[in-house]
Amino acid sequence: MTTLVLLTATGLGLAALYFLVASGLSLIFGLMDVLNFAHGAFVSIGGYVGWTVADHLSGTFGLVGSLLAGIAAGAAVAAATELAVIRPLYGRPLDQVLATVGLGLAIPALLQAIWGADSRTWLLPGWLAGTVNVAGAHVPTVRFLLIGIAVALLIALRLLLGRTRAGLIVRAGVEDREMVTALGIDVRRANSAVFALGGAAAGLAGVLYGLYQGSVSPGDGTSLLVFAFVVVVLGGAGSITGTAVAAIAVGLVQQYADYASASLGDESVVILLAAVLLLRRRNLQGRPA
Amino acid sequence: MSLLEIADLRVSLGGSAILHGVTFDVAASGVTALLGRNGVGKTTTAKAILGLYASAGSIRFDGRELIGLPTYAVARLGIGYVPEDRGVFSALTVAENMRLAEPRDRATAAYDYVYELFPVLKHRAAQSAGTLSGGEQQMLAIGRILLRPNRLLVVDEPTKGLSPKVAAEVAHALKEVARTVPILLIEQNLGVVRTMAGRSVVLDTGRVAHRGETRDLLANPVLTNQLLGVSTANGVSS
Repeated sequence: MTTLVLLTATGLGLAALYFLVASGLSLIFGLMDVLNFAHGAFVSIGGYVGWTVADHLSGTFGLVGSLLAGIAAGAAVAAATELAVIRPLYGRPLDQVLATVGLGLAIPALLQAIWGADSRTWLLPGWLAGTVNVAGAHVPTVRFLLIGIAVALLIALRLLLGRTRAGLIVRAGVEDREMVTALGIDVRRANSAVFALGGAAAGLAGVLYGLYQGSVSPGDGTSLLVFAFVVVVLGGAGSITGTAVAAIAVGLVQQYADYASASLGDESVVILLAAVLLLRRRNLQGRPA
Repeated sequence: MSLLEIADLRVSLGGSAILHGVTFDVAASGVTALLGRNGVGKTTTAKAILGLYASAGSIRFDGRELIGLPTYAVARLGIGYVPEDRGVFSALTVAENMRLAEPRDRATAAYDYVYELFPVLKHRAAQSAGTLSGGEQQMLAIGRILLRPNRLLVVDEPTKGLSPKVAAEVAHALKEVARTVPILLIEQNLGVVRTMAGRSVVLDTGRVAHRGETRDLLANPVLTNQLLGVSTANGVSS
């Protein structure tokens, strides 16, 4: 029982990270048809900027500062990327893929040049470094922070998309961008906002991944991006709820499989993706994948 | 007097020329029908006016050149568009579809006007647009655009796929709208065209093949057969 609780808590912690990365990726692809391979780099930047803040400010103050700094860094880099790289390439999807792949390779290399190839240890505040006893299992406290923030983001995104005009434009744009512009709405502003929002979530994920692992390294974002893409395919582009469900499925399957056999964790995610696509030809929300 | 002047309009899609120099005007009042067989370039012309397709030539709206303007800027000049596929956002509710179209200074009177034309939209406000019938979706597509301060409406095949009763309702509503806003109407149903459009422009393989009074066109069975592939002899129209 304790093993099951521990695996589930760890799986949900991973799911939280996947959701943070995939939600932005999903909205960007759904609204703009942009496959952003640089999204992982936003995660890495958020992680390093957050680590730098935490390295200078200790305790809870440092933790809050690192979270805010990670969010700001992710949003700023994403906004700059949309403006300088994506916008000139609208309507040229292959060029967009090439540009974002290039950026996704260049940014980790830049981070490595600045902070070195070795991972940097992240010291957690005392209250976050311990464990919580759940049904006899000692679950690391940081897992609950990850899950709590992911749930808060899910609620915030659903409120944003469901209750505001900006959210309405994004939801409509995901369905038919051309028609939104024909209603006199400048979708480019929504594009910029969604890109920055996705970058902010990615930057936040970078900080949380650092807390989860207890360190940051240049390749963090790239390793998360692979699973985030799987989540987007399973959850359906542009669907926040679908992304959350898919993230939970991927996180749990990965952890349970990893327990069965150490080499099965990552492979199980690929098998899950293949099974859903081949057997149902639908994503987890029942829409064509 | 012309509100929209299209001159030598050329559009190519995927390397194929679709419009080969289309020239016609849309009057500042009433309904101008844009007719032609399937695939002659009617929808392409509508999308070029809205800036949804890149085009060459000239499209002047109240003296202002539209070519080169982004679609949202064309719409903000007062050109409302009801596309052939209706363009309703199926995942959004009826109310949300309408809220998306309303201008910042929305007037309650505009909503009253739309609900008077299409009462069903008020009753189904909370319903997902994707679950509406085809006719109700068309009413939403038209009603939604009427919330905007339009100076011209471009309406593409509003009665396509509708039952005769619903098609008549939609046509009646558009006739009401045309009292205050000029309409460029793309329509295959010549019965609707006959009752609505004073003037007609007929396209054939990307060129204007005929321009003139609608009644003159429809009274000429040889011409309608040649240009539209239908017979209007003895007053019969599809």
